[in-house]
Amino acid sequence: MKKGYFGDFGGQFIPELLMPPLIELEEAMETILPSEAFQSRFAAMLKENVGRPSAITYCPNLSRDLGLDLWLKREDLNHSGAHKINNTLGQGLLAKMMGKKVLLAETGAGMHGVATTVAAAMLDMKAVIYMGATDVVRQAPNVNRMRLMGAEIIAVESGTKTLKDAINEALRRWLSDQETTHYCFGTAAGPHPFPTLVREFQQIISKEAREQFMTRNQGKLPDVVVACVGGGSNAIGMFHNFVPDESVKLVGVEAAGTGEPGCYSSAPIDHGTEGVLHGMKTKLLQTPEGQIEPSHSVAAGLDYPGVGPEHAHLDAIGRVDYTTINDTQAINAFKVLSRREGIIPALESSHAVAYAIENRDKLQGQSVLVCLSGRGDKDLGILDEIL
Amino acid sequence: MNAMQIKIEEAKARGKVGLIPFLPAGFPDREQFWKELEELDAAGASVIEIGMPFSDPVADGPVVEKASLQCLADGVNLAWILTELRKRKGQFKAALLLMGYLNPIYQYGLDKFGKDCEAAGVSGLIVADMPHEESQFVKDAVEPHGVALVPLIGLNTSKERMALYAEGAAGFCYFVSVLGTTGQRDALPARIKEKLAEAREVFDIPIALGFGIKHPDQLEQFEGLMDAAIFGSALISHIESGRSSDSFMEPWK
Ligand SMILES: Cc1ncc(COP(=O)(O)O)c(C=O)c1O
Repeated sequence: MKKGYFGDFGGQFIPELLMPPLIELEEAMETILPSEAFQSRFAAMLKENVGRPSAITYCPNLSRDLGLDLWLKREDLNHSGAHKINNTLGQGLLAKMMGKKVLLAETGAGMHGVATTVAAAMLDMKAVIYMGATDVVRQAPNVNRMRLMGAEIIAVESGTKTLKDAINEALRRWLSDQETTHYCFGTAAGPHPFPTLVREFQQIISKEAREQFMTRNQGKLPDVVVACVGGGSNAIGMFHNFVPDESVKLVGVEAAGTGEPGCYSSAPIDHGTEGVLHGMKTKLLQTPEGQIEPSHSVAAGLDYPGVGPEHAHLDAIGRVDYTTINDTQAINAFKVLSRREGIIPALESSHAVAYAIENRDKLQGQSVLVCLSGRGDKDLGILDEIL
Repeated sequence: MNAMQIKIEEAKARGKVGLIPFLPAGFPDREQFWKELEELDAAGASVIEIGMPFSDPVADGPVVEKASLQCLADGVNLAWILTELRKRKGQFKAALLLMGYLNPIYQYGLDKFGKDCEAAGVSGLIVADMPHEESQFVKDAVEPHGVALVPLIGLNTSKERMALYAEGAAGFCYFVSVLGTTGQRDALPARIKEKLAEAREVFDIPIALGFGIKHPDQLEQFEGLMDAAIFGSALISHIESGRSSDSFMEPWK
């Protein structure tokens, strides 16, 4: 396979001016990342600051309601409330050891922005966060958190004013500030080496979950493993160590938006076509002329017209089943999990939970392990309006 | 020799820098655009760089982005650009260069794109989001049709990487004057001179300086180090303020 590719997908489709920092990052990934100095400090941070290993939780009430065994991998219990922190501490430490002073990031739901700001504060660096103006409004609690912890936040007014445009602007900023700044990319997408680097930091989710599940189930593997897919970082983290286990069905859940015909979705694998955006060849929501279409989801963190290239590949080879859940189904799952188990999931993660609820008939008697990628406190404002 | 190189060397022979104005196709509107091209051509442009608008132009600053999005909203697409150019083939003295991002070209189909460029009289292509490592399949599609893929390099491009771009390059080399996006700047970085000198050693085709350029005075310091100047944002702003392409070109003549 060509370097930086997953089958036909991936690559480095970025301006030449970004190649030097990407090459520098790739070198750091090959030399600093495996070093004892990095690994021991990173392991200590994950334990002391993030609270890893995160629990897996059996859901007795919902399991009974649905007629299946529902397990959750609790990334929502991580410090700062989502899986994003695994990646930002990893990239932050790497950047610090590369001599960088600033962590630059884009954010949709704000969870990656918060996690980057935490990493910057811990590592005594500066955080600069680009966020679409629409998301600044709908994810206000996270904006406040970031401000409190010292981030500089830039509201992006161009384009669709969501994650896609925040990425465009962050890439532009990185062009100018590449000597001092590391672009702490938030998902397993973008130009090589980001999809691999982010997967490296997120695969701990499935490493832990696989062991934990087997310990609790007499050495058996789960029947089905489910995760929501925005850019795809929690999903690739949740799938990675299960990919060789052929008996385990892997399900990636994309956001169908309102689900009505003609409305925008955030489901490039299910509804998109092959193309090139943000440094990668992948599947995209686009017009036949190659203009990128706006995406939509009630979950800001899934609201992106592209997807990480490794997911496009896992879809192409048929190893992962990608499917969709719409806004209404996700909101229902948000309420059901809160009411039945006392766990408020992020609206993003609610898409994964909804898969188990909506497909209960065909999942009867099976064990279903869902990645609960984050907690839903940030979404209460949106839900106030909807409920 | 590629038409772009011929035109820049003609300017050089007259003791001038080559002039490479940039406009997004369909700017300021789909009719007026062709009049602007005629004026730029008549005013002595060596190469005219035509932008193929894209929804997500990461290498561009706010002026070019806004103009491009406006063209997209007006329904400009690659098929329109190539069809309209084909109708006007042979009417321009300047060489024609298309500049854009990979995805629209990819969706149009690379082989068809190469053929249609030739039919439209296009002799150069810039793909802003395609470094050397990813470029072979595009080269394979366009070079047989006489379309040169113009290398883009900058202040952070090592001599080793310049050499990768120089191998088999035709037309001219585009030297990006700043670490950043397109757009006017009052001062250009001091390191440009040294890097231009390096590029001179590596490339045996003309070197054009672009990004942030608005007036010929800015170029005096680079005499002998570059052969052509590229200007986009300054020209767009000039037209937006209701003035003509011709008056923009005046100080450069
Ligand atoms: C809680 C949560 N889950 C999932 C996502 C989607 O990101 P990814 O697909 O990279 O896991 C986000 C993004 O903001 C998020 O905040």
